[in-house]
Amino acid sequence: MKTKTILMSTGIACAAGVVFAAGHEQMADEMTVVSWGGAYQASQDNAYVKPYVENNPDVSVTWDESSAEAVAKLRAMNEAGNITWDLVDVVASDAIRLCDEGLAMEVDHDELLAAAPDGTPASEDFGDLIVSDCFIPQIVYSTTVGYRTDAEGWNGTPETICALWDQENFPGQRSLEKRPIGNLEWALLCDGVAKEDIYDVLETEEGQDQAFAKLDELKDNTVWWTAGADTPQLLADGEVVMGSTYNGRLFSLIAEQDQPVEMLWDAQVFDLDGWIIPAGLSDEKLARVKDFLTFATDTQRLADQSKYISYGPARASSAPLVDKHAELGIDMAPHMPTDPANATNTFLYNYEWWADYRDDLDAKFQSWLAQ
Amino acid sequence: MANATDPDSYTGATPDNAIRDADRAEKTGQMLAADGTPLKTSLARSLRAQKLRALMLIAPLLIFILVTFIAPIADMLFRSVENQIVSETLPRTVQALDSWDGEGAPDEETFRALAADLTIATELKNHTRLGSRLNYETTGISSLFRQTGRDVDEIGEGYMEQFIELDEAWEDPATWMTLMAADSWIENRAQWASDKAEAEAAQDAATTAAEAIALEFTDPEPPFRLNDIASDALPRTASIFRQFARITQTENEDSPAEEEPWAIIYQALYEDLSAGRGDGYEGQAATLIDEARSAVVGFEDQSIKDYFINEIDEDWGSTEVWGTIKAFSSPYTAGYFLASADLQLTAQGIEKQPEDQQIYALLFKRTMFMSLTIMFSCILLGYPIAFLLSNLPMRTSNMLLILVLLPFWTSLLVRTSAWKVLLQQQGVINDILVWIGLVADNDRLQLINNQTGTIIAMTHILLPFMILPLYSVMKTIPPYYVRAAKSLGATNWTAFWRVYFPQSVPGIGAGSILVFILSIGYYITPELVGGTTGTFISNRIAYHISSSLNWGLAAALGSILLALVLVLYYLYDRIVGIDNVSLG
Repeated sequence: MKTKTILMSTGIACAAGVVFAAGHEQMADEMTVVSWGGAYQASQDNAYVKPYVENNPDVSVTWDESSAEAVAKLRAMNEAGNITWDLVDVVASDAIRLCDEGLAMEVDHDELLAAAPDGTPASEDFGDLIVSDCFIPQIVYSTTVGYRTDAEGWNGTPETICALWDQENFPGQRSLEKRPIGNLEWALLCDGVAKEDIYDVLETEEGQDQAFAKLDELKDNTVWWTAGADTPQLLADGEVVMGSTYNGRLFSLIAEQDQPVEMLWDAQVFDLDGWIIPAGLSDEKLARVKDFLTFATDTQRLADQSKYISYGPARASSAPLVDKHAELGIDMAPHMPTDPANATNTFLYNYEWWADYRDDLDAKFQSWLAQ
Repeated sequence: MANATDPDSYTGATPDNAIRDADRAEKTGQMLAADGTPLKTSLARSLRAQKLRALMLIAPLLIFILVTFIAPIADMLFRSVENQIVSETLPRTVQALDSWDGEGAPDEETFRALAADLTIATELKNHTRLGSRLNYETTGISSLFRQTGRDVDEIGEGYMEQFIELDEAWEDPATWMTLMAADSWIENRAQWASDKAEAEAAQDAATTAAEAIALEFTDPEPPFRLNDIASDALPRTASIFRQFARITQTENEDSPAEEEPWAIIYQALYEDLSAGRGDGYEGQAATLIDEARSAVVGFEDQSIKDYFINEIDEDWGSTEVWGTIKAFSSPYTAGYFLASADLQLTAQGIEKQPEDQQIYALLFKRTMFMSLTIMFSCILLGYPIAFLLSNLPMRTSNMLLILVLLPFWTSLLVRTSAWKVLLQQQGVINDILVWIGLVADNDRLQLINNQTGTIIAMTHILLPFMILPLYSVMKTIPPYYVRAAKSLGATNWTAFWRVYFPQSVPGIGAGSILVFILSIGYYITPELVGGTTGTFISNRIAYHISSSLNWGLAAALGSILLALVLVLYYLYDRIVGIDNVSLG
């Protein structure tokens, strides 16, 4: 009996000693990271997770391909009081929503993230791309238009975004995203509104009517897509001759699958994708996530990701480090949406504005489609 | 020997006595059991045990269904009326708005309440959540709240400076403790602080890590308590200070005895003092209050209303914003249901949505129409197949049945994508039609991304749900009925229509209900092949659940859909009769 007591108390003391010695450095060994699946998730796995696990062999990372429904799922988890995700990859507008709802944790970018190699603090290195206190930017991607190079009956090649409306020179079906964002801006731009005035015009009733009237011209010969893979599929099948999608999808259609498709970078709409940390993680989990984030968002790691996918790194200091494609061996810089040659005419999606007007314009857009 | 059947020779339970008792009972209107208790009670007693046993047998399933199915659905649907967020986040404002006349911006008093509410909400990070809630009703409120959250901590700074200029003691958290904290709390806190210091000293002296851990002091600071004088003498200040103390302790894990109070507290103090309140203090505190009270007359008056409208955002002066807050200030709202019916709730009452935002009535109608179309095409296609299956020899019919079931076992997404390949303009069907020459190459049929696409794909997907109940009902129809009809001179058609078909109606009923109810809630297939005109109300529900996060509206739309199905079920029961439904 006595021996047992001594043994037990020694055991407890040892266990407590380990805990105490580790102190604040205690980190969870498991991490669930949420992303979009497909080539994009693979690029994150190659550029961030594999090197990290190599340095920390006792950590195991589980992927969950739920980013598309991350906002709804996080809200449900939060209400159930059981957060099972540690790190979530979302687009910037979702990050703003999650932050507004109190579902994502606010972070101090300078404290959490590594500085650039030249010592520039992270908040300056990322600059304006930090669109929310909860958001840690990773990549810049764009929604742009691809067209078939072998379309019949075409008169020249499309040069500007307004080619979408030009059925005379470029006859055929189009495909556009089934949401107002991006489409309304393009419509106004092609209806003669100056780029800097677009959101002011779109705020007014008449401006919205003007945009929808312009879209009316397209309505009869447009397929409306909801998944990023739709347009590449439709272009490859010849179902449409011109359509919008994410630039990475077009890159893989052109460079990896060798389809007769070209990209029209004109008036590409920039958007951001990055990490958020769900609110309410335990200290241990949070410590692990923070450690991983510091590693995964440093200058070299962000540049590494562009070896696998044609999205631009969000850090200014990563741009010069962009290298060749890991398998195809082609230079990636000219395929980046941020490359100067591609970025002569661009749009930066106005998050604040859309956060306010999204519900209204979406209702209008849906009823316009239904009519 | 006495006659055993003689009345009254024996008392107690004999059959004869029981019959006599029953006879007697009949006369008095009550039937008695053998032991003399009323038969009804006795029967009920013996049945109760049986009922209880039956109930206990189904209890596991019943509880399982209640907990995992009914409760979550009820909870989700309840969100369609829930609206506590406004009155919980802006309690003072909602109260002050009662006296608002509905024209222009409300009075200074309401803005003061708003400043207090928003300061607290911003500290708790609730204001953006409320903003996105109200933005569902009026565009622009989301950014208005976010913007205001950034500036709200400056409200009252003017007063703070003036108070501190008057006496530097106002800057000292200790002053506020004397004014606000209850003596008992100050004592408790002192005790807690000395305990903590002692524990820390002991911890420092600990020789092993384990000992140090055991000695770690984890008690939080005792929760702040206001003193009675403060809540009587300075009610406004006290109410906000209590919030400040609570948030400082729970959210920031600091002590109100060491933190500088929010600027808005000085604002409240100014309001209390200029209203002439502040009596009841003694000693040093009284001198401080008296000094301040005589000084506030000379303070530069700062209008909170002007600050909100001129400095933060001019939208705070708009009737629409305030109308929305007022219209949605009650804890329960019909707003979501109104929105589902293309109406909106405003401060002036219920109004129609602008014409270009009316979509739900259209979508409900379309959902009904398309579900009925799908149901009828399933009957048309399924009936002959089921008829064939039930009349073929067993071996062949089993083979064919597997062909019916095979697509049923294939993934829904695979089948839907297969339809895409078949139906698109450069797809298999159009290619064949062009090759035959039925359709011109430049005028290919539009079979997908419209209603046609949804109806074709969903008819295919739901067909097994029609065929299986039909088949199992037809299997039980004896073949000699039709033979008998024919032998009595009926033609093939009459025999089928008058004899066979009526017996198969229960199968049609069961299949129709299954197909209709399933299709009314479908959303994956319409999303993929429906384009713009072939989508259902469920696609909108999915959008509000996962993209716009407007769960209240999604719940309202879902409730309406559920009610619609129940009404149709009831009508079906009245017209066809639910007893006429058979799954086999």
